[in-house]
Amino acid sequence: MPTIHYILKDGSTRSVEAKPGASVMETAIRNNIRGIDAECGGSCSCATCHVYVEDAFVGLLPSPDEMEDELLDGTASERTPGSRLSCQITITADLDGLTVRVPQTQS
Amino acid sequence: MENTVHSPMDKPPLVIIGASYAGVQLAASARELGFEAPIVLLGDELHAPYQRPPLSKGLLLGKTAEDQLPLRGPDFYAEQCIDLRLGVRATAIDLATRRVQLEGLEGLEDGDHLHYGWLALATGARCRPLEVPGAELQGVYRLRSLDDALALKAALPQARSACVVGGGFIGLEVAAALKAAGAQVIVVEGQPRLLARIFPPAMSDYVAAAHRHRGVTLEMGRSVQALQGSQRVESVLLDDGRQIDCDMVVLGIGVLPNMELAQAAGIACAGGILTDALGRTSAPHVLAIGDVANAELPAVPGGPVRLRLESIQAANDGARAAATVLTGQPPPPAAVPWFWSEQHELKFQMAGLPAPGDQTVLRGDMASDRFTLFYLRDGAVVAAQSVNRPAEHMLARKLIANAAQIPAEVLADPAADLKPHAIPQPHR
Repeated sequence: MPTIHYILKDGSTRSVEAKPGASVMETAIRNNIRGIDAECGGSCSCATCHVYVEDAFVGLLPSPDEMEDELLDGTASERTPGSRLSCQITITADLDGLTVRVPQTQS
Repeated sequence: MENTVHSPMDKPPLVIIGASYAGVQLAASARELGFEAPIVLLGDELHAPYQRPPLSKGLLLGKTAEDQLPLRGPDFYAEQCIDLRLGVRATAIDLATRRVQLEGLEGLEDGDHLHYGWLALATGARCRPLEVPGAELQGVYRLRSLDDALALKAALPQARSACVVGGGFIGLEVAAALKAAGAQVIVVEGQPRLLARIFPPAMSDYVAAAHRHRGVTLEMGRSVQALQGSQRVESVLLDDGRQIDCDMVVLGIGVLPNMELAQAAGIACAGGILTDALGRTSAPHVLAIGDVANAELPAVPGGPVRLRLESIQAANDGARAAATVLTGQPPPPAAVPWFWSEQHELKFQMAGLPAPGDQTVLRGDMASDRFTLFYLRDGAVVAAQSVNRPAEHMLARKLIANAAQIPAEVLADPAADLKPHAIPQPHR
């Protein structure tokens, strides 16, 4: 199973095994990762599951669709080139080792 | 991961009755704020707390699996020292001795009672029953719980024609899902237009056209007189005498707050359990949160004084506010109410509380299925209803929180940048 690393607000890292097909958001909720709120339950409606994808992995992900792209403009923490909504990142075997950083605030 | 500190057992627990969004969030927020007494979270369903929005959408269509629904990971409750007990019902509250009487909980030291330091009523709401002959026939479904949704899902493959009673959000979401599953769908709505309580006529017309365009039949201004059939439902009798054949009926006619437990204990209720903005009821040490709470709202000129908001946001934010009562911390700032609905490929997002007399301003083109309807009161943005405009919705929530004064012609101009208005103005 792919491992996903979440860098938390305090700088510590939580590494969890993820089920392929699940989203980075779902995996976070399942493992009680603090700082990924996902108020809308993953329907790409709220931008509270914002994460910063580490540079090495940005290119491995499909680009955000129009809806996600628009929402990323409204995130509570600043948008950077690595900004993604974690509900829109589906975990595959290729993403083993994916590292995402949790922003300081989601709302 | 933080160390879990077991609380001294001499402190009476926070007992939370109801283990959905509000109850779970209260337990989580209480721990986040450093609440140290034991927390007992009681749910009357046998499922661990789960997400409800997919029940009327993705779960029915197989896009969301049951194992994707849990609200929190399986270890969350133990990690946070939250004693989650499922299949437990509260049957009475004794305010004088601060005890709740329970059914389905073994091993209580005090018979069938549990002593509380704080009690939180997060008992939610139940589907309003359809009070007509035939309502008990097989093939009649409702949608509130996971079990309701699983029963409806199991019946879908055989459903060729469905009648949805009630053209509210749940009814319309189910209609869209049933249509996507291949059934013929008719929606019967008592009001002359859809979502009349929430939407102005232009939006109601838009929603009606969107459903009709996708093959859903709408019967508005009509009520159901009877459900007919020998064992299974076979038809619906309308008040104009027409009979609509169908092999499935789904009821979506709203909910009733589960406030009887509070009422019986003498806690003030009126259209829900009455609370202040932080969830405090008329009884000391008793909070009420979520769908059951008829809570005071922050004073907004022209806005309602209190409202029983049925939304995940109200449940979560209400619980966060109530948690500060438990720990004596300052309350969080008042949140802008918002909720969403998905019907066909349309994402509806509503923010703020519109009131009669507000000026409405359309930004975007309804025909494009991408637009926001803004509401201005005394020149300030007070509400917004969007279709397929999630970023505009997020922005609108900030504009509403700031009571941003924006001229109508600016709001109406899709090229005008609204973001500068979302920055809080310190002088206001």
